[in-house]
Amino acid sequence: MARPQVPGLVKGLGVTFGEFWKTVTQGAVTTQYPHEKETPPLRARGVIALKEENCTACMLCSRSCPDWCIYIEGHKDKAPPRREGGKPRSVNKLDRFDIDYSLCMYCGICVEVCPFDALFWTPEYEYSETSIADLIHDKTRLVEWMATVPEAESYEAGATVKKK
Amino acid sequence: MSPLISAVFAYDFPYWMETSFKTLAVLLIVPTGALVLGYVFLLKVMSFMQSRLGPMEAGPYGSLQLVMDGLKFLQKEDIIPDKADRQVFKFAPLLVLVSTFLLYTVIPWGPGNSIKPLAIENFDAGIFFALAVSSLSVIGILMAGWASSNKFALIGALRAAGQLIAYELPLILAVVGVVMQAGTMNMGGIVRAQQEFDVNVFGLFTIHGMPFLVTQLVGFALFIIAAQAELTQPPFDMPVAESELVAGYMTEYSGFRFLLFFMGEFGTAFAFAAIAATLFLGGYGVPFMTLTDGPIDNLIGIGALFIKIMIVAFFIFWIRFTYPRFREDQLQILAWKYLIPISLVNIMVTATFKVVF
Repeated sequence: MARPQVPGLVKGLGVTFGEFWKTVTQGAVTTQYPHEKETPPLRARGVIALKEENCTACMLCSRSCPDWCIYIEGHKDKAPPRREGGKPRSVNKLDRFDIDYSLCMYCGICVEVCPFDALFWTPEYEYSETSIADLIHDKTRLVEWMATVPEAESYEAGATVKKK
Repeated sequence: MSPLISAVFAYDFPYWMETSFKTLAVLLIVPTGALVLGYVFLLKVMSFMQSRLGPMEAGPYGSLQLVMDGLKFLQKEDIIPDKADRQVFKFAPLLVLVSTFLLYTVIPWGPGNSIKPLAIENFDAGIFFALAVSSLSVIGILMAGWASSNKFALIGALRAAGQLIAYELPLILAVVGVVMQAGTMNMGGIVRAQQEFDVNVFGLFTIHGMPFLVTQLVGFALFIIAAQAELTQPPFDMPVAESELVAGYMTEYSGFRFLLFFMGEFGTAFAFAAIAATLFLGGYGVPFMTLTDGPIDNLIGIGALFIKIMIVAFFIFWIRFTYPRFREDQLQILAWKYLIPISLVNIMVTATFKVVF
């Protein structure tokens, strides 16, 4: 048996006692959740918000979802022509856009894959429910989350600005 | 107990009443001690050492957490495995608890009256009795492990038996030094010996009354290490090593019987802290103060012993929360190759000093 390394043993006791004393004098590093809340990082993956006007019901998010937790239904609709005298454009209208957060594993592939910037991460995290069925957020609920999406950071100096 | 009651009421109680008082006192001390240690150290000090606050919701600062946990255990189903030896299985945790209860009988809590200290029972061979009954728990643990008819439980119980027997020796040998210096095995006598222990500092002046910690520092270290192992606490928690044995001999226990094991562990920790405080830190004595008989002095004695218990317990739990677990062979080697020889040398040195001075 290797002889106990006494300086190391004493050092270990010092570490625990130091931490104990620090907690007594300066308080713990933890937050007492329901009473005090810590702000999650700006880009935290809390919940996914939907920007309905950008969505074309292309189903890319739904098909790329590893958990199959996105449900989309849409229908074709006529929109007024872009130019005077043209024929009406056909657009996809969204009837249903549900995300089942009891299945979602917060991988963010749907947000990445969306070609029209219709899905966004927001740092909100307080949406637990007493019934698991209530974790299916429908279109109206997902649109409500849009208000909590943080503003995109400005580009770094010298970066090529994406054209809108 | 009776001296305090007699001192307060100035009345000698009949035997049956006195015995009832004593039983009630022990029945109160064990859960209270277990709860105090569990709350202060397991929940709070451990959390603080990990820079968190621990339970905060049940009662003020989470003080009722363990009470609620206890109630939860009472509600749970008392499951006994199909192939378990039912009688032995049911009886084992009680036997472990009996050893804890018996430990408390000899601890002196105050000066008592002029005849005997404030203890449940004033044995002449008090510390011998305490060490003897503390080893009773080995039988209970072996019974629990065997009766569970579970591999993990059996291995845990065998490890516990090997460990408890190995560490009982340094525990007893560490106490021998104190007993030799005090010249008595009576716990109250040991406290008085510390109060009357005159230390002559280089012939300059004499300090009247000195805890045996000063002369028996090695013994104290041995006692704390061995007590730690007797309590099967980390770093000596090989018998209940949860990463390999689930929960050792407690694996098959649930509900109330599991609670008994838990209470036994922390009740014994409280008792060992009390014994260490009595043997090495001057017991119920208050520094620079002479306690005489009388209710007030007895209450001061109880308070002093409680503070000392908390100090010793802090050390025990501080070690518990700091070190990782020993391997089984290291555990045995530490006891047989290091602690027992050191304690034998300690006895020899103490004996030499006893004869020379």
